[in-house]
Amino acid sequence: MAGPRHISVSEASRPVLPRHAKLKYDDTRKVWVILAPERVLAPDEIAVEVLQLCNGERNVGDVSDQLAAKYAAPREAILADVIAMLQDLADKGFLTEAREKAS
Amino acid sequence: MSDVLGNIPPGTSDSLAVLEKQRSTAETFGIPLAVLLEITHRCPLQCPYCSNPVELDRSGKELTTDEWKKVLSELAEIGVLQVHFSGGEPTARKDLVELVKHASDAGLYTNLITSAVLLTREKLSDLADAGLCHVQISFQGVEEGLADRVAGYKNSHRKKLEVAKWTRELDLPLTVNAVMHRQNLHHLPDIIQMALDLDADRLEVANVQYYGWALKNRAALMPTVAQLDECTRLVEEAREQLKGRLTIDYVVPDYYALRPKKCMGGWGRQFFNISPAGKVLPCHAAESITGLDFESVRSNHSIAWIWQNSEAFNRYRGTGWMKEPCKSCEFREIDFGGCRCQAFALTGDAANTDPACALSPLHETIFKQAEREAEGETNRFLYRNFAGGTLEPENDA
Repeated sequence: MAGPRHISVSEASRPVLPRHAKLKYDDTRKVWVILAPERVLAPDEIAVEVLQLCNGERNVGDVSDQLAAKYAAPREAILADVIAMLQDLADKGFLTEAREKAS
Repeated sequence: MSDVLGNIPPGTSDSLAVLEKQRSTAETFGIPLAVLLEITHRCPLQCPYCSNPVELDRSGKELTTDEWKKVLSELAEIGVLQVHFSGGEPTARKDLVELVKHASDAGLYTNLITSAVLLTREKLSDLADAGLCHVQISFQGVEEGLADRVAGYKNSHRKKLEVAKWTRELDLPLTVNAVMHRQNLHHLPDIIQMALDLDADRLEVANVQYYGWALKNRAALMPTVAQLDECTRLVEEAREQLKGRLTIDYVVPDYYALRPKKCMGGWGRQFFNISPAGKVLPCHAAESITGLDFESVRSNHSIAWIWQNSEAFNRYRGTGWMKEPCKSCEFREIDFGGCRCQAFALTGDAANTDPACALSPLHETIFKQAEREAEGETNRFLYRNFAGGTLEPENDA
C-alpha cells in the first residue's frame, strides 16, 4: 500500500515522489515537468534539483546540507525553503514518504 | 535565498502557458500536453449523460491495434506527455494492456478512464505491470439503487467499489469521478465520504455538461440553483478540511454562470482527442457540429499537421472567426466565446456566442428554460445506446 496520505515535512522526513507523480525532462519544450493525474507541473530549476535528491533515502536535512554546500548559502535558510517547497507539493498530494524499510 | 527556491506553479489547464513561457501559444499552438484517446464507443453502461456523440462509432470502424500503436508513438514523438485511455469503455477492447504497454514504453504518462464493470483483478494487475500510472473510475452515485438505475446496468455500483479497492491494493492512484445532476446532488456528502473510504487520491465532482446525450436528458438532469449553491458550498468546505488528503476538482454546469467557460482552453489551443475511428477532434463533442470536416489519422497527414493546419482546427481558433458580441468583447481572449458545440446545439451556429454567456441574446431564455426543467417535471432517462437511445420504463423513473 502507499505511504501515509498527509505528510508533514520536517528535517527528518525522507520524502519521495509517489508513483503517480513522475519527474521527467520534456525534450520537446526543453523543461522539467512533473506528470500527475490530469496535471502537468512545471517545477523551477532548484525544485528539480531538490526533487532529484529526494530519493526516499536522504532526509530533508541531508538534502539541505548538499544544497548549502553547493550554493555556499546559509543552511538554515536553505532548510526553511526546502521544507516550504516540499510541504507545498505534499499539500497538493504529490509527495509521499518512504516506508519504514527504507530507513 | 527565497528567490532561488521558487514555488512550483499550481497545476492547471494553463500549465501549457507556463511551459511555453517565451512563445505565445495563441500564435504557435504548441502540441497539447495531454490527449484523450476514445479507443472505442462500446460500453456496457447506458448513462443518460454520456459525453460521447449521439452518433456512435460502430466497432467495425475502430482503429486496429497497430493503428493505435502508431498513433501512440507519433504522439510521444511530437511532445505529448500524457494520454488518457477512454471510451466508451476502454476495457471493452481486448488489446488495452498491449496499448498501455506501448504507450509506457514510448515514455507517455498513462491514465485509464473507466466504468470499471468489465475489469477483473487480474486484468487490472496486468495493466499495472504494463506501466499504467493512474486509474479514474466513474461513479453514478453512492446509493446502489439510484447508481445502477443511472448506469442502466445491474450491480454496477457494487462492482465499481470492488475495482476501486483492487486499484489501491495494487498501489495504483485512484480518482473517483462522480457525475452530478439533480437526481443525485443531495448525496454529495456521502460521495465525498465514499472517496475517502476508498482511499482515493482525487475526487472529481463533475456536474453534467449539457451536450449530446445529456442535452437530450436535460429535463431529467438539470439541477436547481439552490442545489448547485449547496454543492459549491460543500465542495469548498471539503477542500479546506481535506487539504493534502484528497484533491477535489470541481466542474459546474455553465447554464447558471454569467460568464461562459473557456471550453477546452479555447478551440484548438490546448486539447485534442482521437475518436474510435481515428478522427482528430478539437473536443469530444465536436462531431456534433455539422459542416466541419475532421481529418483522420488514417489520412496521409501527420497528427501534428492536422493539429496545425487542418481546416476544422483553424475554423474557430483564436478570435478572427468571432461575430458580435464576442468580436469586440474585452473577455474574448479569456473565454474565447465559450463552447462551440453548445453554441451550435442551442443556436444552430457554432460561431455564435455560447448562450451560457450573459451577453448572448439567448442567455435569458435558456436560463429560464433550465430553471423550469430543474423543477422536475420528469425524471425519466433516455438511455445511451447504439440505437439512438431507449426511453426508461415509466415505472422505473
